[in-house]
Amino acid sequence: MNKPIRTISIFCLLLFLALMLNATYLQYYKASSLDNDPRNRRVVVASYARERGAILVGRTPVAESKPSDDQYKFQRTYAQPFKYAPITGFFSYYNQTGIEQKQNDVLSGDDSLLFVTKLVDLLSNDASKGGSVQLTIDPDAQTAAFDGLSALPGDVEGSVVALEPRTGKILAMVSLPTYDPNKLASHDLSSVSSSYEALSQDPSEPLLNRAIQTRLPPGSTFKIVTAAAAIESGNYDASSQVPGGAEYTPPQTDNVIDNEGRDCGTGRIPFAQALENSCNTTFAALANEVGAEKMAEQAEAFGFNSHYLDDLGPQAESAFPTDPNLSPAFVAQTGIGQYEVAATPLQMAMVAAGIANGGTVMKPYLVDEVQSPELDVLKKTEPSELSQAVSASTASELTKLMVSTVDDGTANPAAIPGVEVAGKTGTAQSGQDNVPPYAWFVSFAPADDPQVAVAVMIQKAGIPRDEIAGGVYGGPIAKAVMEAILQ
Amino acid sequence: MAQSSTLLGFVHRRRRGAELFLLVLALLVGVGAYAAVGIGVEGKVPADIVGYGGWLAALVIAAHVVVRVVAPYADPVLLPVVAALNGLGLAVIHRLDLAYETDGRDSTPSGFAQQQLIWMTLGVLLFVAALIILRDHRTLQRFTYTSGLGAILLLLLPMVPGLGKTINGARIWIGVGPFSFQPGEVAKVLLVVAFAGYLVLHRDALALAGRRVVFIDLPRGRDLGPILGMWLVSLGILVFQRDLGSSLLFFGLFLVTLYVATERPGWLVVGSAMFLGGAALAYELFGHVAVRVNVWLNPLYYYDDKHGALSYQPVEAMFGMGWGGLIGRGFGEGSPERVPYANSDFILSSIGEELGLTAVIAVILCYGLIVERALRAALVCRDGFGKLLATGLAAVFALQVFVVIGGVTSLIPLTGLTTPFLSYGGSSLVANWVIIALLLRISDQARRPVPDLSGSDDDAEADSEATQVVKVQ
Repeated sequence: MNKPIRTISIFCLLLFLALMLNATYLQYYKASSLDNDPRNRRVVVASYARERGAILVGRTPVAESKPSDDQYKFQRTYAQPFKYAPITGFFSYYNQTGIEQKQNDVLSGDDSLLFVTKLVDLLSNDASKGGSVQLTIDPDAQTAAFDGLSALPGDVEGSVVALEPRTGKILAMVSLPTYDPNKLASHDLSSVSSSYEALSQDPSEPLLNRAIQTRLPPGSTFKIVTAAAAIESGNYDASSQVPGGAEYTPPQTDNVIDNEGRDCGTGRIPFAQALENSCNTTFAALANEVGAEKMAEQAEAFGFNSHYLDDLGPQAESAFPTDPNLSPAFVAQTGIGQYEVAATPLQMAMVAAGIANGGTVMKPYLVDEVQSPELDVLKKTEPSELSQAVSASTASELTKLMVSTVDDGTANPAAIPGVEVAGKTGTAQSGQDNVPPYAWFVSFAPADDPQVAVAVMIQKAGIPRDEIAGGVYGGPIAKAVMEAILQ
Repeated sequence: MAQSSTLLGFVHRRRRGAELFLLVLALLVGVGAYAAVGIGVEGKVPADIVGYGGWLAALVIAAHVVVRVVAPYADPVLLPVVAALNGLGLAVIHRLDLAYETDGRDSTPSGFAQQQLIWMTLGVLLFVAALIILRDHRTLQRFTYTSGLGAILLLLLPMVPGLGKTINGARIWIGVGPFSFQPGEVAKVLLVVAFAGYLVLHRDALALAGRRVVFIDLPRGRDLGPILGMWLVSLGILVFQRDLGSSLLFFGLFLVTLYVATERPGWLVVGSAMFLGGAALAYELFGHVAVRVNVWLNPLYYYDDKHGALSYQPVEAMFGMGWGGLIGRGFGEGSPERVPYANSDFILSSIGEELGLTAVIAVILCYGLIVERALRAALVCRDGFGKLLATGLAAVFALQVFVVIGGVTSLIPLTGLTTPFLSYGGSSLVANWVIIALLLRISDQARRPVPDLSGSDDDAEADSEATQVVKVQ
């Protein structure tokens, strides 16, 4: 019977060999893909055991990990939850969003930048701690934007974005309605689930960062892009006469565009008057004069149809139709920021910032520095140019027009005594009968040495339909944000 | 009989000293792991380390002393390997107890590890008793039919209303007061005895008499009938009890012993064909078999609640083992308690997570050692019954390890069996200790010098047991 016994022993050997090979495959070759599975809670739980780095605004943490005496060692806390939630996002047992997600490697301490720190911790047997992320946000501007937008009547849905034109730093980013990330970072997992459920089912979409994820028709604020295209065409400057009149009918159609009662003269009118009074007829006509192709080029030069924000996500791309054979009726609509034109508040802030910065649009960014747990700077973001949207001379012509729009036109609510402010209002048709128009406002200041560019978007607020106007409601908010920076 | 001529003139050494040395190493594993759990989870060496370590040492040393006295020529490697596995298992169960405690989850009042230590004590007692009572494994041959009947009765026990309990869909437990017992674990041993006893008597008839059909010499029905019937009954019971792992185990046992007894590889071919056919049939007939196969093929797909979370357990185990990587997270640094039944069927995933691939390979090698040592005993054994018994026990053991570890690591579909010596569970632990006692007894018989029948009784003085052997035969 020995021969079959030997055969059996070879067979057993093969069985055990298979077990060992399979275990090796599982624990060595497949390990990293298993670790990276988003449903693998172990990795998340392990991150609760390590002190996560802070997210800093100024020198104040807006998100930090505090020692906890329950089953996990640290509790993520948000000091000013509602004001910063759209930026920080939240760090929960189930998932992460915002900066918490994008900078997870740094905050959790896994980033290769923190290698030396980790090595030292390992040698000294210290529990390793994550690095900190310093945001570009200016706390005063953020507060002004948040308070201003929140002060509007009713349940506000809207957003404010402020940029530093010279660098592209995001100085303020507010989105309403907002939420309390502390509730999602809680260690009471059933309450986390129910909070998240409630937030994600809320029809007002509090989890949405409207500054970068909501794109709406920009309405009249888009007229500065149309104006930019017109001036870039070489036919106009700030002192030119542009087509005016009470009505404009694009070629080949009978769709009449009017000015809703604003004074836009007859025949040709001064460019300044057209922008001050936000003349639809003028900009619809200019758009057709420039042509669909050049209009698209100009919009894209400012960042439309492209992705440019790496520090936060997901980002909705602002849209401008690119069909060069667009019918004149639609081209006229794009000239006044309607039809298929849709922009995020960040995009409109970039339009203002580009003009403020002599035509150069800087790539917007939110993370200023990555710091070690000992607050040594490990990486500092260098400003980079996104595009040259218009020439410096066009920019200065546009600035003149926008200054006069604040001084003598619809953007007057943003005027700051003693400071030259450039701005433009917008009230965009939503295109739906039961949805009120959206109010927009973009501006920058001081006009001769711009420090800040702002975009305000009010998607919905407790304002009677016929009172909605970008200037009246958006202007004061933009003014408060600009003042916060200029002080 | 198959008395190898090479064995004549060669005298095995007793190697009891080597066994003692290996046992000290095994104790280091068990007690060291227990201490490591305390340090890793609570930051200090457990307060009861002396009492615990002392108890463990006492059990192991007692087993050693009994082996030294009643089975001096027994294989010196088996007991230390078993002691190491059992000690490691206890430490990991203790680790999970602590995790359940922090989770606030239900645990037995005294903890599973405490229970397991009691079971281990019982296991060692039965081990000792088996070695002392059973001076010659051939005695068991007398109980061929009794064992077969006993096995079937034991397998039927869970079907008795009021006594049987259904746990996780399988009706393979009986409950007496607070204790649950899996009679199948004991039936396993009895079935090996029955198969070996029957086949060794009928091996010639099975191998030689009969008709040749295509490639296979089919034995006469009256020769094969009884054992086939017994096998079918046990398999049938298991299928109705929905215990796939044990079905596979018994089928493998049947096949291996038949093959070894008849020395006809054709049985393996027929058996494999029958197995594949049976597997395909089971896949078609039984919904739960198809589900298990699908879950095995796409574990990550069935992980979510929206897909029924059918693969929650194996996927959590995979996550844990992946997270453990090569050297593991260390005791207390992983979350093995995330895997349901981590301390019984899935204990290997806990080891993989906290002690890493290194420990998993070590554990598999330990099992491999047990199996190959058992087969070695079968090889050198001088009687056919002993050979078959040792081979059968080795086969049951190897198949069980393969099925359970293969299931936990997603090599094969999950069937649900205990990991010998590691898993929490009294029936399994006790039965496996008895298996080791039987193997030691066989190896003792096999390795001891051939009694000099020509000499006077004086020569056999130092070896009175050897003399007894001859008497029994």
